[in-house]
Amino acid sequence: MPGERLDEQVMALRAAKEFQDGMIINLGVGIPTYCSNFVPPEREVLFHSENGVIGFGPIIDNPDDADDTLINAGAQPISSKPGMAIMDHAESLCIIRGGHVDITVLGAVQVSEKGDLANYIIPGKQIGSLGGGQDLAFCAKKVIALTTFTTKDGDPKIVKECTQSLTAPRCVHRIITDIAVLDVTPEGLVLREVAPGWTAEDVQALTDAKIIVPPDVEEMTLL
Amino acid sequence: MINKIVGSFDEAVADMVDGATVMIGSFGGPAECPSYLIAAVARKGVKDLTIVGNTGGWGPDLLAILRERMAVILTIPEDWYDPGLLVGRGQVKKGVLCFPAAPARVLTPFEQGVLQGQVELELMGQGTLCERMRAARGGIAAFYTPVGVGTVVEEGKEVREFNGRKYLLEHALKGDYSLIRAHKADRYGNLVYRGTARTFNPVMAGASTVTIAEVDEVVELGELDPECVVTPGVYVQRVVVRPKELRPWDEAM
Repeated sequence: MPGERLDEQVMALRAAKEFQDGMIINLGVGIPTYCSNFVPPEREVLFHSENGVIGFGPIIDNPDDADDTLINAGAQPISSKPGMAIMDHAESLCIIRGGHVDITVLGAVQVSEKGDLANYIIPGKQIGSLGGGQDLAFCAKKVIALTTFTTKDGDPKIVKECTQSLTAPRCVHRIITDIAVLDVTPEGLVLREVAPGWTAEDVQALTDAKIIVPPDVEEMTLL
Repeated sequence: MINKIVGSFDEAVADMVDGATVMIGSFGGPAECPSYLIAAVARKGVKDLTIVGNTGGWGPDLLAILRERMAVILTIPEDWYDPGLLVGRGQVKKGVLCFPAAPARVLTPFEQGVLQGQVELELMGQGTLCERMRAARGGIAAFYTPVGVGTVVEEGKEVREFNGRKYLLEHALKGDYSLIRAHKADRYGNLVYRGTARTFNPVMAGASTVTIAEVDEVVELGELDPECVVTPGVYVQRVVVRPKELRPWDEAM
Protein backbone atom coordinates (compact mmCIF):
# COMPACT_ATOMS: atom_id res chain seq x y z
CA MET A 1 0.00 0.00 0.00
CA PRO A 2 1.32 3.48 -0.82
CA GLY A 3 1.56 6.08 1.92
CA GLU A 4 -1.12 8.58 2.80
CA ARG A 5 -1.97 11.46 0.51
CA LEU A 6 -0.93 14.90 1.68
CA ASP A 7 -3.75 17.16 2.78
CA GLU A 8 -4.46 20.53 1.15
CA GLN A 9 -2.57 22.55 3.75
CA VAL A 10 0.55 20.41 3.38
CA MET A 11 0.32 20.63 -0.43
CA ALA A 12 0.20 24.43 -0.10
CA LEU A 13 3.15 24.33 2.29
CA ARG A 14 5.16 22.38 -0.29
CA ALA A 15 4.22 24.83 -3.05
CA ALA A 16 5.22 27.81 -0.90
CA LYS A 17 8.74 26.38 -0.66
CA GLU A 18 9.13 27.47 -4.30
CA PHE A 19 8.83 31.15 -3.35
CA GLN A 20 12.21 32.91 -3.32
CA ASP A 21 13.07 36.17 -1.62
CA GLY A 22 11.84 39.19 -3.59
CA MET A 23 9.41 37.33 -5.83
CA ILE A 24 6.04 38.58 -7.09
CA ILE A 25 3.50 35.79 -6.52
CA ASN A 26 -0.08 35.39 -7.72
CA LEU A 27 -2.21 32.69 -6.13
CA GLY A 28 -5.27 31.21 -7.84
CA VAL A 29 -8.43 30.39 -5.91
CA GLY A 30 -8.87 27.14 -3.99
CA ILE A 31 -5.90 25.30 -2.48
CA PRO A 32 -3.38 27.86 -3.85
CA THR A 33 -4.73 30.60 -1.54
CA TYR A 34 -3.39 28.63 1.45
CA CYS A 35 0.19 29.13 0.18
CA SER A 36 0.25 32.64 1.64
CA ASN A 37 0.22 31.08 5.14
CA PHE A 38 3.45 29.18 4.53
CA VAL A 39 5.98 31.67 3.16
CA PRO A 40 9.34 30.88 4.76
CA PRO A 41 9.89 33.64 7.37
CA GLU A 42 13.30 34.66 6.06
CA ARG A 43 11.86 35.42 2.62
CA GLU A 44 9.98 38.57 1.64
CA VAL A 45 7.54 38.07 -1.24
CA LEU A 46 4.82 40.32 -2.63
CA PHE A 47 1.42 38.83 -3.34
CA HIS A 48 -0.40 40.23 -6.35
CA SER A 49 -4.12 39.95 -6.95
CA GLU A 50 -5.78 40.54 -10.35
CA ASN A 51 -8.35 42.99 -9.02
CA GLY A 52 -5.61 45.55 -8.50
CA VAL A 53 -3.50 45.16 -5.36
CA ILE A 54 0.06 44.09 -4.71
CA GLY A 55 1.91 43.60 -1.43
CA PHE A 56 -1.13 42.94 0.78
CA GLY A 57 -1.18 41.14 4.12
CA PRO A 58 -3.00 38.04 5.37
CA ILE A 59 -6.63 37.15 4.66
CA ILE A 60 -8.98 38.50 7.35
CA ASP A 61 -11.40 36.00 8.87
CA ASN A 62 -13.33 38.29 11.19
CA PRO A 63 -16.10 40.38 9.60
CA ASP A 64 -15.60 43.13 12.20
CA ASP A 65 -12.06 43.72 10.89
CA ALA A 66 -12.93 43.29 7.22
CA ASP A 67 -13.47 46.14 4.76
CA ASP A 68 -15.17 45.42 1.45
CA THR A 69 -12.85 47.91 -0.28
CA LEU A 70 -9.88 45.60 0.30
CA ILE A 71 -10.45 42.14 -1.16
CA ASN A 72 -8.45 39.62 -3.17
CA ALA A 73 -9.38 38.02 -6.50
CA GLY A 74 -11.39 35.41 -4.63
CA ALA A 75 -13.40 38.26 -3.03
CA GLN A 76 -11.96 37.40 0.40
CA PRO A 77 -11.19 40.37 2.64
CA ILE A 78 -7.45 40.97 3.05
CA SER A 79 -5.38 43.16 5.34
CA SER A 80 -3.34 46.13 4.24
CA LYS A 81 0.39 46.14 4.78
CA PRO A 82 3.08 48.83 4.59
CA GLY A 83 4.35 49.03 1.01
CA MET A 84 1.08 47.84 -0.49
CA ALA A 85 0.02 49.40 -3.80
CA ILE A 86 -3.43 49.73 -5.40
CA MET A 87 -3.96 50.01 -9.14
CA ASP A 88 -6.76 49.68 -11.67
CA HIS A 89 -7.53 46.39 -13.35
CA ALA A 90 -5.80 47.20 -16.65
CA GLU A 91 -2.58 48.08 -14.83
CA SER A 92 -2.92 44.96 -12.73
CA LEU A 93 -3.23 42.81 -15.83
CA CYS A 94 -0.22 44.56 -17.38
CA ILE A 95 1.74 43.24 -14.40
CA ILE A 96 0.63 39.76 -15.41
CA ARG A 97 0.79 40.09 -19.21
CA GLY A 98 4.09 41.93 -19.18
CA GLY A 99 5.73 38.97 -17.46
CA HIS A 100 6.25 40.67 -14.11
CA VAL A 101 4.76 37.84 -12.03
CA ASP A 102 7.51 35.40 -11.03
CA ILE A 103 5.30 32.51 -9.93
CA THR A 104 1.62 31.78 -10.23
CA VAL A 105 0.12 28.84 -8.39
CA LEU A 106 -3.08 27.66 -10.08
CA GLY A 107 -5.58 24.93 -9.41
CA ALA A 108 -6.24 22.38 -12.14
CA VAL A 109 -8.97 20.18 -13.51
CA GLN A 110 -6.47 18.46 -15.80
CA VAL A 111 -2.78 18.90 -16.66
CA SER A 112 -1.33 17.03 -19.63
CA GLU A 113 2.17 15.60 -19.87
CA LYS A 114 2.96 18.46 -22.28
CA GLY A 115 1.96 21.04 -19.68
CA ASP A 116 -1.46 21.88 -21.11
CA LEU A 117 -3.72 23.26 -18.39
CA ALA A 118 -7.50 22.92 -18.18
CA ASN A 119 -9.02 24.67 -15.19
CA TYR A 120 -11.66 27.20 -16.24
CA ILE A 121 -14.73 24.98 -16.46
CA ILE A 122 -15.89 23.27 -13.27
CA PRO A 123 -16.50 19.59 -14.11
CA GLY A 124 -20.16 19.06 -14.89
CA LYS A 125 -20.71 22.63 -16.03
CA GLN A 126 -21.06 23.79 -19.63
CA ILE A 127 -19.89 27.36 -19.15
CA GLY A 128 -16.57 28.37 -17.69
CA SER A 129 -14.94 31.46 -16.23
CA LEU A 130 -11.55 32.50 -17.59
CA GLY A 131 -11.23 35.36 -15.09
CA GLY A 132 -7.59 36.37 -14.84
CA GLY A 133 -6.40 32.76 -14.86
CA GLN A 134 -5.77 32.58 -18.59
CA ASP A 135 -3.57 35.67 -18.46
CA LEU A 136 -1.59 34.12 -15.59
CA ALA A 137 -1.24 30.76 -17.35
CA PHE A 138 0.05 32.38 -20.54
CA CYS A 139 2.28 35.06 -19.07
CA ALA A 140 3.65 34.29 -15.59
CA LYS A 141 7.35 33.42 -15.60
CA LYS A 142 6.66 30.14 -13.81
CA VAL A 143 3.32 28.34 -13.68
CA ILE A 144 2.83 25.82 -10.89
CA ALA A 145 -0.26 23.61 -11.01
CA LEU A 146 -1.26 22.67 -7.46
CA THR A 147 -3.81 19.87 -7.46
CA THR A 148 -4.65 16.46 -6.13
CA PHE A 149 -3.25 13.77 -8.44
CA THR A 150 -6.68 12.22 -8.97
CA THR A 151 -10.29 13.35 -8.60
CA LYS A 152 -12.40 12.27 -5.63
CA ASP A 153 -13.64 9.43 -7.85
CA GLY A 154 -10.09 8.31 -8.57
CA ASP A 155 -9.85 9.58 -12.15
CA PRO A 156 -6.41 10.95 -13.04
CA LYS A 157 -6.00 14.73 -13.25
CA ILE A 158 -2.48 14.36 -14.60
CA VAL A 159 -3.16 12.95 -18.06
CA LYS A 160 -1.61 12.18 -21.43
CA GLU A 161 -4.00 14.53 -23.25
CA CYS A 162 -6.52 16.91 -21.69
CA THR A 163 -10.10 16.05 -22.58
CA GLN A 164 -11.38 19.32 -21.09
CA SER A 165 -11.24 22.70 -22.86
CA LEU A 166 -7.81 24.28 -22.33
CA THR A 167 -7.12 27.41 -20.33
CA ALA A 168 -3.67 27.51 -21.94
CA PRO A 169 -1.59 25.04 -23.92
CA ARG A 170 1.94 24.08 -22.82
CA CYS A 171 2.09 26.52 -19.93
CA VAL A 172 2.69 24.48 -16.76
CA HIS A 173 6.28 24.19 -15.56
CA ARG A 174 5.84 22.25 -12.33
CA ILE A 175 3.01 20.12 -10.94
CA ILE A 176 2.73 19.78 -7.17
CA THR A 177 0.24 17.15 -6.01
CA ASP A 178 -0.74 15.22 -2.91
CA ILE A 179 1.54 12.32 -3.88
CA ALA A 180 4.32 13.71 -6.07
CA VAL A 181 6.11 16.69 -7.60
CA LEU A 182 6.68 16.58 -11.34
CA ASP A 183 8.31 18.89 -13.88
CA VAL A 184 7.16 19.38 -17.46
CA THR A 185 10.30 19.22 -19.60
CA PRO A 186 10.98 19.05 -23.35
CA GLU A 187 11.58 15.30 -22.83
CA GLY A 188 8.27 14.83 -21.01
CA LEU A 189 6.97 14.60 -17.47
CA VAL A 190 9.81 14.07 -15.01
CA LEU A 191 9.23 12.84 -11.46
CA ARG A 192 11.15 14.93 -8.92
CA GLU A 193 9.69 14.04 -5.53
CA VAL A 194 7.30 11.50 -4.04
CA ALA A 195 5.28 11.82 -0.83
CA PRO A 196 6.41 9.69 2.12
CA GLY A 197 5.54 6.04 1.52
CA TRP A 198 5.00 6.45 -2.24
CA THR A 199 7.14 5.01 -5.03
CA ALA A 200 7.52 6.02 -8.67
CA GLU A 201 5.58 2.87 -9.62
CA ASP A 202 2.68 3.87 -7.33
CA VAL A 203 2.49 7.26 -9.03
CA GLN A 204 2.76 5.86 -12.56
CA ALA A 205 -0.02 3.37 -11.81
CA LEU A 206 -2.49 6.26 -11.36
CA THR A 207 -2.05 7.91 -14.78
CA ASP A 208 -1.74 7.11 -18.48
CA ALA A 209 0.72 10.00 -18.84
CA LYS A 210 4.27 8.74 -19.26
CA ILE A 211 6.37 9.60 -16.23
CA ILE A 212 10.14 9.72 -16.63
CA VAL A 213 11.87 8.55 -13.46
CA PRO A 214 15.41 9.84 -13.02
CA PRO A 215 17.71 8.15 -10.49
CA ASP A 216 17.61 11.07 -8.05
CA VAL A 217 13.89 11.19 -7.10
CA GLU A 218 13.61 12.53 -3.56
CA GLU A 219 11.07 12.20 -0.82
CA MET A 220 9.01 15.43 -0.48
CA THR A 221 10.45 17.45 2.37
CA LEU A 222 7.92 19.61 4.08
CA LEU A 223 9.87 21.53 6.70
CA MET B 1 -20.11 76.38 -16.16
CA ILE B 2 -19.18 72.72 -16.12
CA ASN B 3 -21.36 70.69 -13.78
CA LYS B 4 -21.70 66.95 -14.34
CA ILE B 5 -23.67 66.27 -11.17
CA VAL B 6 -27.18 65.00 -11.95
CA GLY B 7 -29.94 64.91 -9.38
CA SER B 8 -31.16 61.33 -9.59
CA PHE B 9 -30.25 57.86 -10.78
CA ASP B 10 -33.34 57.73 -12.97
CA GLU B 11 -32.31 60.98 -14.66
CA ALA B 12 -28.76 59.65 -15.13
CA VAL B 13 -29.93 56.72 -17.28
CA ALA B 14 -33.01 58.42 -18.79
CA ASP B 15 -31.67 58.38 -22.37
CA MET B 16 -30.69 54.69 -22.42
CA VAL B 17 -32.48 52.78 -25.17
CA ASP B 18 -33.09 49.11 -26.02
CA GLY B 19 -30.07 47.39 -27.53
CA ALA B 20 -27.48 49.56 -25.76
CA THR B 21 -24.03 48.21 -24.91
CA VAL B 22 -23.51 48.84 -21.20
CA MET B 23 -20.19 48.40 -19.42
CA ILE B 24 -20.69 47.67 -15.73
CA GLY B 25 -17.69 48.32 -13.53
CA SER B 26 -17.88 45.67 -10.88
CA PHE B 27 -15.40 42.90 -10.06
CA GLY B 28 -16.92 40.46 -7.59
CA GLY B 29 -17.71 42.29 -4.38
CA PRO B 30 -20.22 44.94 -3.30
CA ALA B 31 -17.92 47.94 -2.87
CA GLU B 32 -16.90 48.26 -6.51
CA CYS B 33 -20.39 47.71 -7.92
CA PRO B 34 -22.50 50.62 -9.27
CA SER B 35 -25.56 49.15 -7.55
CA TYR B 36 -27.93 52.13 -7.78
CA LEU B 37 -27.15 52.72 -11.46
CA ILE B 38 -27.89 49.05 -12.15
CA ALA B 39 -31.13 49.43 -10.18
CA ALA B 40 -32.07 52.48 -12.29
CA VAL B 41 -31.49 50.50 -15.51
CA ALA B 42 -33.66 47.71 -14.07
CA ARG B 43 -36.43 50.22 -13.30
CA LYS B 44 -36.18 51.77 -16.75
CA GLY B 45 -36.73 48.31 -18.21
CA VAL B 46 -34.62 48.75 -21.36
CA LYS B 47 -34.14 45.43 -23.15
CA ASP B 48 -31.74 43.59 -25.47
CA LEU B 49 -28.77 45.03 -23.62
CA THR B 50 -25.23 43.84 -24.19
CA ILE B 51 -23.48 43.94 -20.82
CA VAL B 52 -19.70 44.12 -20.58
CA GLY B 53 -17.77 43.36 -17.43
CA ASN B 54 -16.15 40.75 -15.24
CA THR B 55 -19.27 38.85 -14.18
CA GLY B 56 -22.90 38.55 -15.20
CA GLY B 57 -23.76 38.89 -11.53
CA TRP B 58 -25.47 36.68 -8.98
CA GLY B 59 -28.95 38.20 -9.00
CA PRO B 60 -31.07 38.86 -5.87
CA ASP B 61 -31.76 35.22 -4.93
CA LEU B 62 -28.15 34.01 -4.99
CA LEU B 63 -26.98 37.24 -3.36
CA ALA B 64 -29.28 36.51 -0.43
CA ILE B 65 -27.65 33.09 0.00
CA LEU B 66 -24.17 34.57 -0.47
CA ARG B 67 -24.89 37.25 2.13
CA GLU B 68 -25.73 34.56 4.66
CA ARG B 69 -22.73 32.33 3.83
CA MET B 70 -20.24 35.21 3.69
CA ALA B 71 -21.43 36.67 7.00
CA VAL B 72 -18.63 34.86 8.87
CA ILE B 73 -15.96 36.74 6.91
CA LEU B 74 -17.58 39.84 5.38
CA THR B 75 -20.73 41.83 5.95
CA ILE B 76 -22.46 42.26 2.60
CA PRO B 77 -24.79 45.26 2.42
CA GLU B 78 -28.47 44.81 1.57
CA ASP B 79 -28.19 47.33 -1.27
CA TRP B 80 -25.79 45.34 -3.43
CA TYR B 81 -27.66 45.15 -6.76
CA ASP B 82 -25.51 43.45 -9.36
CA PRO B 83 -25.79 42.75 -13.13
CA GLY B 84 -27.67 39.54 -12.31
CA LEU B 85 -30.68 41.75 -11.56
CA LEU B 86 -30.78 42.83 -15.21
CA VAL B 87 -30.12 39.31 -16.52
CA GLY B 88 -32.80 37.80 -14.29
CA ARG B 89 -35.36 40.34 -15.52
CA GLY B 90 -34.71 39.38 -19.14
CA GLN B 91 -33.13 42.72 -20.08
CA VAL B 92 -29.87 41.25 -21.37
CA LYS B 93 -29.32 39.53 -24.72
CA LYS B 94 -25.54 39.22 -24.62
CA GLY B 95 -22.67 39.33 -22.16
CA VAL B 96 -19.04 40.12 -22.94
CA LEU B 97 -17.64 38.66 -19.74
CA CYS B 98 -14.68 37.01 -18.01
CA PHE B 99 -16.45 35.31 -15.12
CA PRO B 100 -19.97 34.30 -16.24
CA ALA B 101 -20.04 30.96 -14.40
CA ALA B 102 -20.33 30.66 -10.63
CA PRO B 103 -17.29 28.97 -9.08
CA ALA B 104 -19.62 26.31 -7.69
CA ARG B 105 -22.35 23.95 -8.88
CA VAL B 106 -25.01 26.63 -8.53
CA LEU B 107 -26.03 28.42 -11.76
CA THR B 108 -26.04 32.21 -12.05
CA PRO B 109 -28.93 33.91 -13.91
CA PHE B 110 -26.50 34.42 -16.79
CA GLU B 111 -25.57 30.73 -16.94
CA GLN B 112 -29.27 29.84 -16.89
CA GLY B 113 -29.91 32.32 -19.70
CA VAL B 114 -27.17 30.79 -21.86
CA LEU B 115 -28.34 27.24 -21.21
CA GLN B 116 -31.90 28.24 -22.15
CA GLY B 117 -30.65 29.86 -25.36
CA GLN B 118 -31.86 33.32 -24.35
CA VAL B 119 -28.49 34.94 -23.73
CA GLU B 120 -25.31 34.92 -25.79
CA LEU B 121 -21.85 34.77 -24.21
CA GLU B 122 -18.60 36.21 -25.54
CA LEU B 123 -15.99 34.87 -23.12
CA MET B 124 -12.54 36.33 -22.67
CA GLY B 125 -9.91 36.78 -19.99
CA GLN B 126 -9.63 39.94 -17.93
CA GLY B 127 -6.44 41.15 -19.61
CA THR B 128 -7.98 41.14 -23.06
CA LEU B 129 -11.22 42.71 -21.84
CA CYS B 130 -9.32 45.52 -20.08
CA GLU B 131 -7.07 46.14 -23.03
CA ARG B 132 -10.00 46.22 -25.47
CA MET B 133 -11.69 48.90 -23.35
CA ARG B 134 -8.48 50.82 -22.88
CA ALA B 135 -7.96 50.73 -26.66
CA ALA B 136 -11.44 52.20 -27.19
CA ARG B 137 -10.69 55.02 -24.76
CA GLY B 138 -7.34 55.72 -26.40
CA GLY B 139 -8.40 55.59 -30.04
CA ILE B 140 -6.59 52.33 -30.82
CA ALA B 141 -8.41 50.14 -33.36
CA ALA B 142 -6.94 46.79 -32.40
CA PHE B 143 -3.90 45.11 -30.84
CA TYR B 144 -2.11 41.76 -30.69
CA THR B 145 -1.87 39.62 -27.57
CA PRO B 146 -0.50 36.10 -27.08
CA VAL B 147 -3.17 35.29 -24.50
CA GLY B 148 -5.77 32.88 -25.84
CA VAL B 149 -3.81 31.31 -28.71
CA GLY B 150 -4.74 27.63 -28.96
CA THR B 151 -7.88 28.00 -26.83
CA VAL B 152 -11.58 28.76 -27.36
CA VAL B 153 -10.71 32.46 -27.34
CA GLU B 154 -8.85 32.09 -30.66
CA GLU B 155 -11.93 31.14 -32.69
CA GLY B 156 -12.46 33.45 -35.68
CA LYS B 157 -9.50 35.71 -34.90
CA GLU B 158 -6.42 36.54 -36.95
CA VAL B 159 -3.24 34.87 -35.67
CA ARG B 160 0.08 36.52 -36.43
CA GLU B 161 3.60 35.65 -35.40
CA PHE B 162 5.99 38.17 -33.85
CA ASN B 163 9.50 37.11 -32.83
CA GLY B 164 8.55 33.45 -33.01
CA ARG B 165 5.45 33.70 -30.79
CA LYS B 166 1.84 33.58 -31.96
CA TYR B 167 -0.51 36.47 -31.16
CA LEU B 168 -4.25 37.07 -31.60
CA LEU B 169 -5.69 40.23 -33.10
CA GLU B 170 -8.18 41.72 -30.64
CA HIS B 171 -10.35 44.74 -31.44
CA ALA B 172 -11.20 47.77 -29.36
CA LEU B 173 -14.50 47.48 -27.49
CA LYS B 174 -16.55 50.63 -27.19
CA GLY B 175 -19.73 50.92 -25.17
CA ASP B 176 -22.73 53.23 -25.25
CA TYR B 177 -22.69 53.59 -21.46
CA SER B 178 -20.13 52.86 -18.75
CA LEU B 179 -21.72 52.54 -15.32
CA ILE B 180 -18.95 52.90 -12.77
CA ARG B 181 -18.54 53.27 -9.01
CA ALA B 182 -16.11 55.69 -7.36
CA HIS B 183 -15.55 57.16 -3.92
CA LYS B 184 -15.40 60.94 -4.45
CA ALA B 185 -16.05 63.24 -7.39
CA ASP B 186 -16.01 66.97 -8.08
CA ARG B 187 -18.30 68.78 -10.52
CA TYR B 188 -15.76 68.35 -13.34
CA GLY B 189 -16.16 64.58 -12.97
CA ASN B 190 -12.68 63.98 -11.57
CA LEU B 191 -12.76 60.73 -9.58
CA VAL B 192 -10.90 58.98 -6.80
CA TYR B 193 -11.57 55.44 -5.62
CA ARG B 194 -11.14 53.39 -2.45
CA GLY B 195 -8.87 50.34 -2.24
CA THR B 196 -9.68 47.43 -4.50
CA ALA B 197 -13.04 49.05 -5.32
CA ARG B 198 -11.00 50.78 -8.05
CA THR B 199 -10.53 47.61 -10.19
CA PHE B 200 -12.48 47.75 -13.51
CA ASN B 201 -14.08 51.16 -12.83
CA PRO B 202 -11.36 53.50 -14.15
CA VAL B 203 -10.77 51.12 -17.07
CA MET B 204 -14.35 51.59 -18.25
CA ALA B 205 -14.36 55.35 -17.73
CA GLY B 206 -14.10 56.94 -21.17
CA ALA B 207 -14.54 53.62 -23.01
CA SER B 208 -18.19 54.46 -23.76
CA THR B 209 -19.97 57.41 -25.31
CA VAL B 210 -21.47 58.20 -21.91
CA THR B 211 -19.74 57.37 -18.61
CA ILE B 212 -21.85 57.70 -15.45
CA ALA B 213 -20.16 57.57 -12.05
CA GLU B 214 -22.00 56.55 -8.87
CA VAL B 215 -20.11 58.10 -5.96
CA ASP B 216 -20.23 58.25 -2.16
CA GLU B 217 -19.60 61.97 -2.05
CA VAL B 218 -19.21 65.09 -4.18
CA VAL B 219 -16.57 67.57 -3.04
CA GLU B 220 -15.72 71.15 -4.04
CA LEU B 221 -13.30 71.80 -6.89
CA GLY B 222 -9.79 71.77 -5.48
CA GLU B 223 -10.50 69.32 -2.70
CA LEU B 224 -9.24 66.37 -4.73
CA ASP B 225 -5.44 66.39 -4.81
CA PRO B 226 -4.58 66.68 -8.54
CA GLU B 227 -1.68 64.26 -7.99
CA CYS B 228 -4.14 61.65 -6.75
CA VAL B 229 -7.01 61.98 -9.24
CA VAL B 230 -7.32 58.54 -10.84
CA THR B 231 -9.94 59.28 -13.51
CA PRO B 232 -9.72 62.76 -15.04
CA GLY B 233 -13.16 64.30 -15.47
CA VAL B 234 -12.85 64.40 -19.25
CA TYR B 235 -13.82 60.71 -19.31
CA VAL B 236 -16.95 61.26 -17.20
CA GLN B 237 -20.22 62.76 -18.43
CA ARG B 238 -22.48 62.32 -15.39
CA VAL B 239 -22.04 61.93 -11.64
CA VAL B 240 -24.73 60.74 -9.19
CA VAL B 241 -24.43 60.56 -5.41
CA ARG B 242 -25.43 57.39 -3.55
CA PRO B 243 -28.14 57.66 -0.90
CA LYS B 244 -26.99 57.83 2.71
CA GLU B 245 -29.52 55.18 3.78
CA LEU B 246 -30.01 52.01 1.79
CA ARG B 247 -32.95 51.96 -0.58
CA PRO B 248 -34.77 49.10 -2.32
CA TRP B 249 -33.84 48.71 -5.98
CA ASP B 250 -37.39 49.17 -7.27
CA GLU B 251 -38.00 52.54 -5.64
CA ALA B 252 -37.69 55.56 -7.96
CA MET B 253 -34.74 57.73 -6.99
